[in-house]
Order: sequence, then C-alpha cells, then structure tokens
Amino acid sequence: MKILVPVKRVVDYNVKVRVKSDGTGVETAGVKMSMNPFDEIGVEEAVRLKEKGVATEIIAVSLGVAACAETIRTALAMGADRGILVESDADLQPLAVAKLLKAIADKEQPGLIILGKQAIDDDMSATGQMLAALLGWSQGTFASELTVDGGNLTVKREVDGGMETIVLTLPSIVTTDLRLNEPRYASLPNIMKARKKPIETVKPEELGVDVTPRLTVVSVAEPPKRQAGVKVGSVAELVAKLKTEAKVI
Amino acid sequence: MDFALTEAQEAVRDNITRICTQFDDAYWRKADREVRFPHELHAAMAEGGWLGICMPVEYGGAGLGITEAAIMMQAIAQSGAGMSGASAIHMNIFGLNPVVVFGTPEQKARMLPPLIAGQEKACFGVTEPDAGLDTTAIKTRAERHGDRYIVHGQKIWTSTAQVADKILLLARTTPADQVAKKTEGLSLFYTTLDRAKVEVRHIDKMGRAAVDSNQVFFDGLEIPLEDRIGPEGQGFRTILHGMNPERILIAAEAIGLGLCALERARRYATERRVFGRPIGQNQSIQHPLAECWMELQAASLMTMNAAWAYDTGRDAGALANTAKYLAAEAGFKSCTQAVMTHGGMGYAQEFHVERYLRESLIPRIAPVSRELVLCHIAERVLGLPKSY
Repeated sequence: MKILVPVKRVVDYNVKVRVKSDGTGVETAGVKMSMNPFDEIGVEEAVRLKEKGVATEIIAVSLGVAACAETIRTALAMGADRGILVESDADLQPLAVAKLLKAIADKEQPGLIILGKQAIDDDMSATGQMLAALLGWSQGTFASELTVDGGNLTVKREVDGGMETIVLTLPSIVTTDLRLNEPRYASLPNIMKARKKPIETVKPEELGVDVTPRLTVVSVAEPPKRQAGVKVGSVAELVAKLKTEAKVI
Repeated sequence: MDFALTEAQEAVRDNITRICTQFDDAYWRKADREVRFPHELHAAMAEGGWLGICMPVEYGGAGLGITEAAIMMQAIAQSGAGMSGASAIHMNIFGLNPVVVFGTPEQKARMLPPLIAGQEKACFGVTEPDAGLDTTAIKTRAERHGDRYIVHGQKIWTSTAQVADKILLLARTTPADQVAKKTEGLSLFYTTLDRAKVEVRHIDKMGRAAVDSNQVFFDGLEIPLEDRIGPEGQGFRTILHGMNPERILIAAEAIGLGLCALERARRYATERRVFGRPIGQNQSIQHPLAECWMELQAASLMTMNAAWAYDTGRDAGALANTAKYLAAEAGFKSCTQAVMTHGGMGYAQEFHVERYLRESLIPRIAPVSRELVLCHIAERVLGLPKSY
C-alpha cells in the first residue's frame, strides 16, 4: 500500500509571529519556517506503518513556493521514499490544495492519505475533509490511534467528551491529532540519504486545477494586549469583585 | 562569497537543536553538581549517527566536513549544554582524524565503526605534567618488545578517561637523545584502556564537572603492534592532523556557550524591572550586551572561515588559531556580562549563567593557551623571530 503524506511549510512553532504593518497577514520574510507539526505526526505514522510492513511506499507532497522542497526533504529524512512538489507562488487555499491533492491521488493511487488535522498558520482544519469528499473516500479525522487490518482501518478519534472508535474501509483519509505519536528525530545518515531521494516538481496547471483564491482576507490584527490584573486582599473582596466588576457570579 | 548555510548545514543545526531540547537546564545543572557524565546525550548523539559527522561514509560516518561538525558543536553548546555537553562528545568527533588519515584499511574498519556507533568512547592522552604545550618533550615511553609495546609514564588533563574504553596515546618510542630532531621518535597508538595496567585519577576542577578530567598513570600497559597508527617515530606529524579541527570545534563551542549566556542575559534584562522599567532599557545594560553579540558574530565568521579553509584543503593553521582565540575571548566576555546583567541572581546557580562563566574559561586555556596563539601569529604570519 502506498501512503501519501501532504506536508505544509509554515512559520516554525517556536517563532513569535508578527502581523505585517499593512495588516494583510503575518510576517514571513526572514522568519524560520518548518514542517507543520501535525504533518510531522502524519509522516511519523506513515513511517511506522512502513516499518510494520503495512505500507510499501511513502510519498511526501508539499504545495507552495519552491522552498517547500526543504519541507519535503525533512519528510524524506524521517523516512518518506520520494517527494512531489506542487510549485506555485499563489495563495493556495484549502479547496485548491484538496483539488491538487485529489489530482495527485488519482495519479498515484495511494491506499491511505494521512494529513495533519490542521496547519498551525491558518488553523483552517479543512483540507482533509474536503479531500475525502472530492475523492469519495472514507475519513477518520482527529486520529489518536490507527491500526490497519487487511482492507480495514480502525481509527480512534478524539471527540468532545471522550474517544470514538470507527472502522473505515480503505482507501481512506486520516487527519492526525497531537497524541497519535511522537515524531522521531531524523538521524544524520537518514538526512544524508534524503538528499539523494527524488523530488518531482509539477505545476497546478499541469494537474488541471484552478487555484484561484475564493476567500479574501479582510484584515489581520494582533489580539488585544492583556491588561494587568489586580491583587485582592481577602476572599470577601475577591467575591465582591467577581460579583460587581467581573459579573461572573 | 556566499555566507548562507547550505540546506544540509541547516538540517544539521536544526536537528541537533531539537535533540538537545530533551536535555534541559535542570539536566545540566544536576550533571555539574553531581559530577555525572551525560551518558544520555552521548547515547542520543550516537543513536542519531551524529558522532560520525566527519568520518568517512564507508565506515558508517556521514562524510561531512569540519564546517558541519562546527555547526553541530555550536548548536550543542548553545542549547544550554555548554562545554559539559560539547566536551562529552568533542573528542569522538575529530579525535580519530589521525586514524582516518594514517590508519590502514584494517585499522579503520576495526576502530571507527564502534566509535561512531557509540559502543566505544575514546580519550586523548597527549599532555603530560612536565610537557604541556611543549609536546615533543613528553616522557611517556613505549618500548618495543617483539610484537608489542610496553608503556610506562604519565599523562594529565585526559578528559573522559573515567568513561573511555579506548585511548589515543602519544608516547616516545625512541629516546629524545637518540633522534636527530626532537619531533621524531614519538609514536601514536589507538588502543584499549586496560585499567589493570592504567590508573585514572580524577581531577577536581572549577567547572564542567560533568565531564571528567584526569591524571593517567601507565604501569606496563601492553599495546599490540597493530594498534600503532602510522609509522613508528612519526607520531608527532600524525597527531598534528587533529589540531586544527580541534581548534575550530572548540571555537564553535565557545561561541555557542557565549550565545547561550547572551540569550539568558537578554531575557533577564527584558523581564527584570527596577525603578519601574526593565533594566534592559538602560544603555549601561544594553550596550555591553550589544558588544558581546558583535564580538560573537565576528568570531563566528572567523571560525566558519577557518573551517572552510580546512575542508577545502587550504592552510588553516593561522585561521584556526585566530578563530579559537577570538571565540574564546568573546565567549568568556559574554558569559561574564551575562552574570553581571543578572546582578546577584547571576551568582546563584539557579540562573545557570555562573556555570557558563566557569565553563567559558576552558576554551581560553585549552587546547592551546592564548599566549601561544599570539606567538604563532607573530612568528608564522608576521614573520617575527621565534620568542620561545
């Protein structure tokens, strides 16, 4: 079984993001970029499935500017076999990404596609679900445990109030939650090997997908600064303030 | 001239930084206080294949250069591991370079893979109590008896000898009065540290307690012939091959330590409020920190320049010495300034900078003193008469 793992290049989770002065987005120039942490969990899960003998090949796909090849390279160092870069300077929104991934899935015929449940930049949490709909495949979103048994896939999902276990018929879409696994550190020999693994580059036009944005960002602003709190002298004073000022009790 | 890191170099830095996040400030403080070797860091580096970063690919290494090794060592020191982390693997990274250059294929196949895999740790026995920088004056004798050498003598400042399985040992095989030049008659060995014939005595020291430094006494250590590296009597020439890489790596470590201290100082200066404003708003606090940053950057460029010269086969002697000098001074200044920025808190172990300051003396002193670096530059670069 082939596994397709989309990996998104996002601002590194350690970076304190800054809003651009013109309010059109966040500053990405000169900022450290890394693989979306949820996608990293997806790569790790695919690699584990390959180590168990369930998967035969892992293909990492990234969509965006040429530098996304670095993100693919990271996935290759973790254990993916080859990469596909869908190169575009356009603002690729979830629907466009889902359509592009569908085109790739049609060509590659994977048995499973593992995506992050969301990307830490726009937090859309949409691409996996859209892709499942476009392909007409089963989906197990927010997965925290995953087992493949023949043609079936059992997914434990984190839902409000507890865990839900579902059984899917392959081919399927899975989106990863934080607790699915702990991604490995790439070893030096694997980083070296990754440099020799192939990355194919395609353009959206070649896949016949119109990537014109359908959503418009009106404005991006910093959240309001938190005001300093006050110290209270006694429980009675605290209760009084909660009643009269905060009005929460 | 391209100063940007390559994709592979960035991968080295980022992956090392990530691995080091497992070893936090509390880990290093505890290792220092309990005089405990950071085995876990060594194991993590071995497991990831990092110990072989500049070893040949055919023996399990990655075949990268000293440039990449320097980036790696800087990232380790900068993570908060300081010299405690760097020294725990330092010798394993570059120390067996003489084996790579002068070893036979049989020796390389036997010696390199266990070191790279972390199954064996190595230490470095060169310095002696009566022959520090004057290496050719060493007195430890290795006498040939048929198919083996028997060693008697003493070494000092042998780091990691408490935990090492192997030793790279320089000893005199022909007495100094029987050779034409005093650089001759020395031989290099890489052999098992047989504790039945070798006594290792711990030296209590100012800082970096986690990584042991020792006096080592040899009383009849037997070394089989096949453990000699290179021709007999040519050990001095052989060992010189490890010196420039070591200076480059220690420079990178000093810079990493300095940047780590600077970051702590920056954070404290931002958070600590006195007279109703952060102390970092005062120029008397911010200007010295800005100066530290500039000096660390300059030293870093010098270090990368030296690493590039070494990796491209150019003469790296003056550059490596200069890098080590400037980096050690910049690292020390930065650690000192970090303590001063913290005021009284800087003196408390809880804030870690006092540990960095104690460690920052090491690159100033080792592996070569500031004074001998200056002598080297005066003599070899400026062409002035030899002073010693």
